[in-house]
Amino acid sequence: MTDIIQKVKNLSIGFRSKKGEEILILKNISTNIKKGETVGIVGESGSGKSTLALAMMGYVKHGLYTIGGECQFNSSNLLRMKSKDLEKIRGRKIAMIPQNAGQALTPNLKIGYQIDEALQLHSDLDEKEREKKISELLNKVRLPSPETIALRYPHELSGGQQQRVAVAMALAGTPDLLLLDEPTTGLDVTTQAHVLELLNFIAKDTGTSMVYVSHDLGAIAQVSDRIIVMYSGEIVLEGPSRDILKRPIHPYTHGLLKSIPKLSLAGLPESMPGSQPQPGTIQSGCSFFDRCNFSDENCKNNSPKLEFLKNLNTSVRCFNYEKLVNESQASQTFNKIKNKSQDKEILNLSEVSISYAKQKLLDQIFNRISDDNPTVKDININIKKGETIALVGESGSGKSTILKSIAGLLRTKDGLIRFDENRNLSSDLKERDPNDLRIIQLIFQNPDESLNPNHTVEEIIAQPLKLYFGLKGEELKKNIIDLLQKVRLGEFYTSRYPRQLSGGEKQRVAVARAFAAKPDIILCDEVTSALDVSVQAAVLNLLQQLKEDFGTTYIFVSHDLAVVRAISDRVAVLYQGRLCEVGPSNDVYKFPSHPYTEVLLGAVLEPDPDIKPKLVAEDIVEERPPEKGCSFQGRCSRIVGDICKKEIPPWQLTDSGNAIRCHIPIKELQKEQF
Amino acid sequence: MKLDNIYKEEKKSAFAKLSEIIITMASRPSGLIGLSILVFHIILAFISPYIAPHDFKAIDPTLMLQAPSAEYWFGTDDLGRDVFTRTILGGRTALTITFFGSLIALLWGGLLGIFCGLVGGKIDDVVMRIVDAFLSIPWILAMLLIVSLLGTSTEVLIPALGFFYGKGIVRVARAATHDVIAKDFIVSARARGHSNFSIIWNEIIPNVRDAILVEGAMRWSWMLLGFSSLSFLGFGVSPPTPDWGLMISNARGLMSFAYWAVIAPIVGLSSLIIGINLTADAFAKALGIDRSTKAPV
Amino acid sequence: MIFLIIKRILLGFITLFIVSIITFVGTEVLPGDACTTYLERQAFGEQLEACYRRLGLNVPAYERYVSWALNAIQGDFGYSLSGEMPIKDVLGPRIKNSLVLASAAIFIGIPIALILGIITALWRDKLPDVAISTVTIFAMTIPEFISATLLILIIAIWLEWLPGIVIVPTDVSFLELLPNIILPVVAIAMIMTAHMARMVRSSVIQVMASEYVQMAILKGVPYWKMVFKHVLPNALLPAINVVALTIAWLLGGVVVTEVVFNYPGLGRLVIESISNRDLPTVQALAIILASIYVSINLLADLLTLMLNPRLKTLQIRK
Ligand SMILES: Nc1ncnc2c1ncn2[C@@H]1O[C@H](COP(=O)(O)OP(=O)(O)OP(=O)(O)O)[C@@H](O)[C@H]1O
Ligand code: SF4
Ligand code: SF4
Ligand SMILES: [Mg+2]
Repeated sequence: MTDIIQKVKNLSIGFRSKKGEEILILKNISTNIKKGETVGIVGESGSGKSTLALAMMGYVKHGLYTIGGECQFNSSNLLRMKSKDLEKIRGRKIAMIPQNAGQALTPNLKIGYQIDEALQLHSDLDEKEREKKISELLNKVRLPSPETIALRYPHELSGGQQQRVAVAMALAGTPDLLLLDEPTTGLDVTTQAHVLELLNFIAKDTGTSMVYVSHDLGAIAQVSDRIIVMYSGEIVLEGPSRDILKRPIHPYTHGLLKSIPKLSLAGLPESMPGSQPQPGTIQSGCSFFDRCNFSDENCKNNSPKLEFLKNLNTSVRCFNYEKLVNESQASQTFNKIKNKSQDKEILNLSEVSISYAKQKLLDQIFNRISDDNPTVKDININIKKGETIALVGESGSGKSTILKSIAGLLRTKDGLIRFDENRNLSSDLKERDPNDLRIIQLIFQNPDESLNPNHTVEEIIAQPLKLYFGLKGEELKKNIIDLLQKVRLGEFYTSRYPRQLSGGEKQRVAVARAFAAKPDIILCDEVTSALDVSVQAAVLNLLQQLKEDFGTTYIFVSHDLAVVRAISDRVAVLYQGRLCEVGPSNDVYKFPSHPYTEVLLGAVLEPDPDIKPKLVAEDIVEERPPEKGCSFQGRCSRIVGDICKKEIPPWQLTDSGNAIRCHIPIKELQKEQF
Repeated sequence: MKLDNIYKEEKKSAFAKLSEIIITMASRPSGLIGLSILVFHIILAFISPYIAPHDFKAIDPTLMLQAPSAEYWFGTDDLGRDVFTRTILGGRTALTITFFGSLIALLWGGLLGIFCGLVGGKIDDVVMRIVDAFLSIPWILAMLLIVSLLGTSTEVLIPALGFFYGKGIVRVARAATHDVIAKDFIVSARARGHSNFSIIWNEIIPNVRDAILVEGAMRWSWMLLGFSSLSFLGFGVSPPTPDWGLMISNARGLMSFAYWAVIAPIVGLSSLIIGINLTADAFAKALGIDRSTKAPV
Repeated sequence: MIFLIIKRILLGFITLFIVSIITFVGTEVLPGDACTTYLERQAFGEQLEACYRRLGLNVPAYERYVSWALNAIQGDFGYSLSGEMPIKDVLGPRIKNSLVLASAAIFIGIPIALILGIITALWRDKLPDVAISTVTIFAMTIPEFISATLLILIIAIWLEWLPGIVIVPTDVSFLELLPNIILPVVAIAMIMTAHMARMVRSSVIQVMASEYVQMAILKGVPYWKMVFKHVLPNALLPAINVVALTIAWLLGGVVVTEVVFNYPGLGRLVIESISNRDLPTVQALAIILASIYVSINLLADLLTLMLNPRLKTLQIRK
């Protein structure tokens, strides 16, 4: 018993709706956190995982209140404790690492002060010792030159650095329990892998217990010993990490794991129908009933209890878990997508450069752009009709910039964009005719922002129909309903406002709006990254289906390499606005040849405890591309010397049609992989 | 707040929306008080000519400065006029002028603000400089000058007030537009090739409307304050038309022995301003806008 | 940083330049000129000619503007029509008196507003907040001339504690002025304090809801330390600009209050010169008041710039 550090008992937290009903966000949660273990809490947004983590510190957000149960730490209930006593536990015994360190560090206080504050509160060190300790801590989280970092303000650090500072701050009180709420969400893939590796190191090094909250099974798989799966405010599955990931015996987890695209497998994963219900909408029965493939009548009316299975050392909340016990490993049956691309070229970018630099008056007058080191440079891509080409790279690599130029939202500096071999599209919106605008449509990352909150679904989809085809009355209505059906939404959605839709539904509306224009090319900008994992696969499948029906060409931008792997025929890898590698996805993923591709692929987190990320290069953030030479020289671990700094590397072709831009000869690049 | 989506709503008519907003406003005590006061004053403004017990301009030297009595509920003023009659009539001019003044302010301020926010660049810079310059001339000086040179007729007061109180709305509308045009749905509309007019009408106005309306409601109470200050200084409504500001200013000199003549219009004017203010507050809250961070410029 | 300060100052001058044009054009396009309006059309040939000559109204408008502006920069606003003396001599003591009034109100108002604003935010929706917020809503909405009139009625007439009307010559020492200005200061401070208290309240509430305050609580920072270190510096910074705007706006209110109390400041001069149709003085007043507005805002901008680490580094990097 003594090795239990935090005991959550029958915890229920909720709020009162405007109509006065009590709505539960956490329903009767019980679990124990043991000394030295790392527990991963996974669930999609709104499942109550952050609320649970905060309750473990005795903190309940404004507007919420504890309905029942307790969170015991050293056998005292944190939720009933006076704030005086809580101050002695928070930061000292239990520390929190927040999701968004950029927002969670006080903007007017220097980094050094904020760490020092924690030390003053939670240690007896004198000033000299504290100063030394601050350096030590900053060193421990692997921040360069601690002395200067300590004197900086939070906004002067990059996202990854801010996250490290937050870790250092949490470690200052040498806590027994660390709570991490999505500590790597919002960071770049490579940075994320580095921070996770650091956290793993710290867990081993200090023996601290950790509770790691995330929606990302990939990240959870890398750090946790035990996993708690939450759905709709309940624990639905809890057990040893490996068992949960390899043999998930709850239908939700089972479906979830199947719906996550994997690097090692090409093709689209199976999708899970529906989305998580809003709090307060489930009256009776299992909360997963609507989406479950294993349900029966019993599930509809009775709520399953969390049942502990001794032989598996796992707790599960499901009547029919036995059906899953024997099904070994979430067997993957990916639908291989067929490459439907024709030989006909549909869009050609040649030597395209794009600059954001503010133009001098003289250049403005002559309507030209001068910039020696533009954000995006020398892009040559040739896109075939009906193919899906993906642009990948870290944030700031210019993916969205290129899309904007193709859409005409941004003027190119140099180069040519040609549609259908002869129509010149190197102009911006004002110079394009309506048909040029119609053939290219955009779908955005965040459907909350891309749909006008004051328009109904009908009005949203009607816009392109009216604009391009002048439809009216009955015909318009019929077309709208047709389109809604194509994206698997019923007719009754027409009168809804975006705020009444779930994330996945909103994104479907955005897809319908894009297809309403009958475009030839659709530009997809991170279209799945704002969605929950269980919804993502459904949207990907929908996009693929529509593409096959209409023969549309996709240009698909994403930072998620597994998603790209699932949907694309070809991949172009970008670093700092320069192309590194272009080729058929199978080849790019099979023989990662360019050093940067290697870095990106190495950093991907798979929901499998056996596949560890490979950290090749440092996760430095570069603000501008280098003036000359290879764009990746600053971080390349295989840099050959001066030539990389002086000369732009040449394009080299592999046998399979993969083009790579590097000074290292192709044979050598491929050899090193094995 | 996303939790309230579970109560699915359908598209509503403008009237249904309005009544829903009013119900939300009235569900708070302060909103209810504000609305009742405002409605009371509006009704009073319509019916007061018919219910006034005396002639508001009947001068009677024999009745000078009489204390309140059964005949003269609020007493009489220095010219022997009935204070009660003059008080219930005293809000009509102010209410009408400031109401239409606010409408004008709302229109030109809102439209110019949206325009500046949308086009940005040099035009925006120049317009905002000029608006700033107008802001830096105290409104009272400018108003006094205009009124003293052009007179105090309604045709002068309404546009003048509308102009001077619209400057602040320009800023609010511009800021709201800036917030909106960064959103992807505007980018999406532009990429589709909609005209500027269509973008303003369909995408921007529905999304900045609330902020501008709330601002307009606030302006109304400030304009009332400003207008009655003008009256008080003798530059507003001209006698013998009863007006609270003017009545207060006239009765002030004699208040050491005839306080009733000053108290009645004070209560009338204060209650109306507070009523409008509370209503504007409740309106803002019902639309989910925080108005207390703004300076009264 | 330096560049930014210079830029702000320059913008201030540009604003003033536009103001000068507006006032000049304004008085120009409105019917009547300085002489006809002042002499109320009683003037005939000789007298009008003399007036025109004296004011230099017989030369084209733009020339007049240029010479007027050039003189104004040096503090010379020409002659007042009514007092028949240089405007700058009329302005001097008035500015001093108004400054006394306004700064007294500001110095009393700001601390009180801060305290009330912080209390109402920290005890949000509890009794202190409800009570204070109710009072501030009243104080904020009631026009100065009403609160001033009520103050006179209650304090000066009924209770006879303080003089109700300021009857002093334009030039008196501060001590002699003191008892006279208490009521006007209270009248001005009331509305201003109420406005600022509400702004401080909502700014503090916003910061209290931020992630970094939540983080400070989770770090175990004691309540008051959190308030002073993590909340207030971040909450008060954006309030500075809004406070400046409020102060500037209240210049208008000062005019009314001065009239109510018969106080010999700029405000009463505004009324006097407008009643007398003394356009040159009005022009001078417009410029003076606009400069006060511009400088208060400039000061606020610079203060924010100096206190905000975010802006500071932003500029250094550029
Ligand atoms: N202050 C609040 N008042 C009312 N409801 C709230 C409040 N805070 C959170 N909620 C609701 O509680 C539910 C659970 O929230 P919580 O933040 O714990 O989810 P989460 O699993 O961490 O999601 P995410 O992945 O988006 O961070 C959500 O439906 C959310 O809308
Ligand atoms: S209880 Fe029934 S509905 Fe719920 S998860 Fe199990 S099988 Fe599915
Ligand atoms: S060219 Fe040189 S620096 Fe660039 S990727 Fe190849 S080896 Fe690395
Ligand atoms: Mg969360």
